[in-house]
Amino acid sequence: MIRLEKRPQPSQLWTYLTPVLAVLLTMLVGGVLFAFLGANPVEAIRTIFWDPLFNAQFAGFTRPQLLVKAGPLILIAIGLSIGFRAGIWNIGAEGQYIMGAICGAAAGLAFYPSESFLIFPIMIVAGALGGWAWAMIPAILKTKFGTNEILVSLMLVYVAETILGSVSTGLLRNPEGRGFPGSRNFKQWDAAHNSDLIANTGMHWGVVFAFIAVIGAYVLLTRHMLGFNIRLTGEAPRAARFSGVNPARIILICLGLSGALAGMAGLFEVTGPAGQVSIDFGSGYGFTAIIVAFLGRLNPIGILLAGLLMALTYIGGELAQLMLGLPGASIQLFQGMLLFFLLAMDVFTNFRLRIGKREVA
Amino acid sequence: MADTLLSLQGLTKIYPGVIANDDVTFDIGRGEIHALLGENGAGKSTLVKMIYGLNAPDKGQMLLDGAPYKPSKPSEARQAGIAMVFQHFSLFDALDVAENVALGMETPPPMSDLARQIREVSETYGLPLDPTRTVGTLSAGERQRVEIIRCLLQNPRLLIMDEPTSVLTPQEVEILFETLRKLKAEGTSILYISHKLEEIRALCDTATILRLGKKVATCTPAETSARQLAEMMVGASFATPEAKGGKTGEVLLAVNELSLPAPGAFGTPLREVSFEVRAGEVLGIGGVAGNGQDELLAALSGERMAPAGSIILEGKDISRAGPVARRDLGVLSGPEERLGHAAAPDMSLVENGVLTAARREGMLKNGFISWGKARQFAEEVIGHFDVRTPGPGTAARALSGGNLQKFVVGREILQGPRVLVLNQPTWGVDAAAAAFIRQSILDLAAKGGAVVVISQDLDELMEVSDRFGALNEGRLSPTRPVASLDIEQIGLMMGGAHDMEVAHVDE
Repeated sequence: MIRLEKRPQPSQLWTYLTPVLAVLLTMLVGGVLFAFLGANPVEAIRTIFWDPLFNAQFAGFTRPQLLVKAGPLILIAIGLSIGFRAGIWNIGAEGQYIMGAICGAAAGLAFYPSESFLIFPIMIVAGALGGWAWAMIPAILKTKFGTNEILVSLMLVYVAETILGSVSTGLLRNPEGRGFPGSRNFKQWDAAHNSDLIANTGMHWGVVFAFIAVIGAYVLLTRHMLGFNIRLTGEAPRAARFSGVNPARIILICLGLSGALAGMAGLFEVTGPAGQVSIDFGSGYGFTAIIVAFLGRLNPIGILLAGLLMALTYIGGELAQLMLGLPGASIQLFQGMLLFFLLAMDVFTNFRLRIGKREVA
Repeated sequence: MADTLLSLQGLTKIYPGVIANDDVTFDIGRGEIHALLGENGAGKSTLVKMIYGLNAPDKGQMLLDGAPYKPSKPSEARQAGIAMVFQHFSLFDALDVAENVALGMETPPPMSDLARQIREVSETYGLPLDPTRTVGTLSAGERQRVEIIRCLLQNPRLLIMDEPTSVLTPQEVEILFETLRKLKAEGTSILYISHKLEEIRALCDTATILRLGKKVATCTPAETSARQLAEMMVGASFATPEAKGGKTGEVLLAVNELSLPAPGAFGTPLREVSFEVRAGEVLGIGGVAGNGQDELLAALSGERMAPAGSIILEGKDISRAGPVARRDLGVLSGPEERLGHAAAPDMSLVENGVLTAARREGMLKNGFISWGKARQFAEEVIGHFDVRTPGPGTAARALSGGNLQKFVVGREILQGPRVLVLNQPTWGVDAAAAAFIRQSILDLAAKGGAVVVISQDLDELMEVSDRFGALNEGRLSPTRPVASLDIEQIGLMMGGAHDMEVAHVDE
């Protein structure tokens, strides 16, 4: 008989081991999946994990993409993880990301064609405020009326997408764009362009802010009383109340913070890699960041690594579609597997496996 | 040996790193009330779990009626005629008594039959209980009756009771003892687990004492003094709290007609609770569980705001202040529920120290936590209060109940409170640790602190308190000096308002 026995305290070893094992298992099962699809599994895995970084032929193009993709994932995931630590489930980062991009872009476009150096900072602040305001809706509904933030934040994603469609064909449409949907292209407006800080590295301001967020979150959670209270709220809500933590305050802070970071990520994306507000701007970063947050064990450093890994599977996945003709759905399945195995392996952090005769009913 | 029902022979159970039971051998006779005594962590629970089929022994065997008995799950134990009433009830508040009983049975009879059976059993054994009442409305004593009746319906040959009197009033204890004696007269054996030595001396025929997993002795409690029993349990003589009678100073905490609505469907509203505690004084608040104890603690700790003017600290209205502000003023508290309320289970002891002591112990600088100071504080608590743990980095849930309780109480006392409010400070704690905690409470009062102890253990309240009041349905009786009370009067105070009149007449 195989059975699970609860550990007296969570295993430190397994906390770090599970993400590694989850990646290995994903490779293994993913390889089997790809084999069934007619591809050489070893080649497929190599295309996803190795080629984007080291292939002599095209790593030069794909390597900068790593930071471009990882930047927003990490920035959003850091914000989400702080809320998740407190047991506040913001599932609507995608909506906050979109609203941040719209608000930031709108704030900038209001000054077009000024070349003032203040334009970009103003846009960052506006982007953060846009995401923050969008996240405040579930936050206030939860604190005032006890609504479920999961549902409200998720549904607001679809509202945000509708607004995105509306402004790209209306309010923010490029007046010189011959009637095509989409705003002015920020890449052609130096004051508002979020360009590579070092050419051909993918290192733009969003990546810098992502790194700052990682450090900030780390300090907040390990050193600051607010971070302690956030963790306490998540681990033992009653103990938090006893300690004097105001739950409503934690909800407002956590949702506000994750919204603001998602909004900033949206702004950096719209002024950089995306270039303009357009109907198809929402690319799913807000949802993928949820996987990144969990894959990184809700730990800032872990999220940094998980964001890079997730970005790698994105780029590698595209490469695999291109080179091996694997269907896009199989790549999504592959990424989903990563979260699945992580959560499954997680059991071993709190339980140990016993193989032997049955003792406990 | 003919009258032996269950014989335990050399039972040994080893957990990683600890020998929970080491070669335990004793017999439980037919129709015998057999006490199992021991400190927390002495291995009582492990032993009982083996008898009830929740655990298998690593070594040794059990003989039931002389035949080998090896239950692999509780249902096998029940089929063999062994039933158990747990310390923590497993009842559903929203269901009625009969439904709860049916849930615990393998093949429940139709509801109407079951209700009749429940009435029969409850009459036969003097356990008044209405099968149609919703469990959420029952007192702790009544809930226990549900559990006992659930067991009795299976006609057990051996009934295991884990700390049954910890939640009962003296009157309810008497009713329970009558029931147990009746069962004994019918030939049912009872294995009775308790810390309360006087109780064991009054009720039990034989007592087996465990210490650190080993059997220390089997004796006849009626012929052994409570002190001897306790010393066998602890392995050394332990200090009984010193006599009270210190000088009391001015009023530190005054509660004036504090009323609060019930927090939830099964909570209790507070109704015009009024009392005063002076410097150097311990106020004991008794009452059966569920009569507003948790609600009173929440109102005093600041977890729930009280109406303005209802809670006054040294002339200052603190009713609308939250827990942090109250701690800054010196009002500290310790809730009953250790894990999840007083402490965060998965957090380390260091972090659990920060939980209430961050500001008072100067661990914060511009909102940043000094983990060095936090660790130092946790180590101080561990050292002063003899908390047995591998170190301050251990998670709270890894500590035994008694050790965690010492930590939680010690954490508050070491902060030198002006007013300390404790709910059930020694609940489920072994005799030595309980004596230690009580002594700490008395020491705090001797230093001029005011202490409110809410407890269901009357012996404890008599031991530590200067004055005593009882909660009943959210009302607090007038508080009276302990010296003027006997156990009978206290029982009546706990019984409710109309009974109070009787108590007054007696005076």
